[in-house]
Amino acid sequence: MPNSDAHNSVGLVSPCRARFEAAFQLLNGSVLAEHELVYETYGELNAAGDNAVLICHALSGTHHAAGFYAEDDQRPGWWDLAIGPGKPIDTRRLFVVCSNNLGGCDGSTGPNTLNPATGKPWGAKFPQPQVQDWVRSQKLLAEYLGISRWAAVIGGSLGGMQALQWAIDYPEWVEHCVALAAAPKLTAQNIAFNEIARHAILSDPDWCEGDYLSRDIVPTRGVALARMVGHLTYMSADGMSDRFGRELREGSFTPEAESEWVFQVESYLRHQGTRFSAQFDANTYVLMTRALDLFDLAVSDQGDLKAALDKARADFLVLSFSSDWRFPPHRSIEIRDALMAAGKPVTYANIETDNGHDGFLLPNQTYEALLTQWMRRVGPT
Amino acid sequence: MNRHDLNTVLSWVPLGSKVLDLGCGDGAFLKRLCEERSAVGVGVDIDPDNLVSAVSKGLDVIQEDINEGLNCFTRHRFDVVILTHALQELTHPHLALERMVHIGEEAIVSFPNFGHWRCRTHLGLTGRMPVSKAMPRSWYDTPNIHFCTVKDFEALCSDLRIDIIERATIAGAAQNWLGKWWPNLFASSAVYRIRRSAH
Repeated sequence: MPNSDAHNSVGLVSPCRARFEAAFQLLNGSVLAEHELVYETYGELNAAGDNAVLICHALSGTHHAAGFYAEDDQRPGWWDLAIGPGKPIDTRRLFVVCSNNLGGCDGSTGPNTLNPATGKPWGAKFPQPQVQDWVRSQKLLAEYLGISRWAAVIGGSLGGMQALQWAIDYPEWVEHCVALAAAPKLTAQNIAFNEIARHAILSDPDWCEGDYLSRDIVPTRGVALARMVGHLTYMSADGMSDRFGRELREGSFTPEAESEWVFQVESYLRHQGTRFSAQFDANTYVLMTRALDLFDLAVSDQGDLKAALDKARADFLVLSFSSDWRFPPHRSIEIRDALMAAGKPVTYANIETDNGHDGFLLPNQTYEALLTQWMRRVGPT
Repeated sequence: MNRHDLNTVLSWVPLGSKVLDLGCGDGAFLKRLCEERSAVGVGVDIDPDNLVSAVSKGLDVIQEDINEGLNCFTRHRFDVVILTHALQELTHPHLALERMVHIGEEAIVSFPNFGHWRCRTHLGLTGRMPVSKAMPRSWYDTPNIHFCTVKDFEALCSDLRIDIIERATIAGAAQNWLGKWWPNLFASSAVYRIRRSAH
């Protein structure tokens, strides 16, 4: 835990586990006889229970949103930027909950946990969850924690979509909703990128039809390649030029030089891919990208986004990031316009940044100021 | 700059109205509308710092360029759409006016009157574009790219089939009665309540 972070960090945290023994039926009809969700909380739930905030993670996110696991831990949770004492999501007055989605690979019931029916890892046999399933499972978690209403449900990317789904599935539960770098549904291009990622995994010889865990191998090459493609879509062209340019990490541009060339950007992507493949389950990656593909906020309203969002009772904050080409600003504007057409209170801004889709995870003065100021209306005053 | 026009605008907003404030700036005026007129307000501005200030006041704001046509409001109805001292900064003031009376039952517009005698004498005597305390920038770097006079504005409303419901003029204390009787010459700024013509 770097000292510089100590003053406004939630500090040392540890994950908790909730076990649900009642059968849980997924949207696709499959039933989990029992399941577990792993989660973290920061801050204190007040007596009135009106200061609880739910953070929904993105595609490869986890329940570890803030703080450190050990004193010598160098990397905090994935959204430490926004969560902590004195930060936009201020843990001095808010009780923050973040859970690992069902089907995830960080402790919640998923492909890498044991199927009680067989005693072996679920693997590719784990049923396909959808965003609505995650929302419903998080509602069980909320009830387990003694929460009956969220002061806010907040998320970026897939997490933003999940936050929106919360707002329309359980309107009376969601007082405020924050959707960052989100979209009402995926485009053909979005699905295509997900398919490339899945194809990378499925064509790895170590994939073994998804049954690699019981053979004690991991399709790391496939997962690494999937992550490289995914990661590329999270960055902007300008951001990459600024950060890597055409710099070489190995080799030389001089004509007489005979060497292998490794550009900085190659080295970076390889590193991201390798690091990710060592910790992320291939089946989960396939399931999560599929859940993204299937997501459509207006699916039960014949594609009418206004009708879908009309059900919500929340105040909304919708933010897009100018250089995001995965879910570009106009996708957030679709959400914003549907909310306004439905007469919902909404604040919208397009944050000027070179950080691309990752903009919602990275420091930016306007972004942090807007989120901080808007969050002041969340929870007891 | 004294913004006496704002008091007039405030008094014209019916209690409890749904208000859209175009170019809401830091939201101070919209906040007043919410507090003093029980308005339910939405602000529109393009400047990030203004958005942060407005949000810090508890307001809902939309970051949007008014010049882009305000298409996001096509399916949304407001009781009153307000544009104070920003008309002259727009690329297409006439399109904005048409849009305003389309999305609002009524619109309230205020602008500095370029027909004011000080502007006329400045231009007439010095032969240079007027620069004043209220309009301190030179012609080449001013955001005010579409100045008009009271007469110009009323002619445009007539062309656009926009009805003028009410007009108020702002003039210096000594010239107040002159501003009333001869607005094009003596009003330093003008405030209009307008709506789409029923005909």
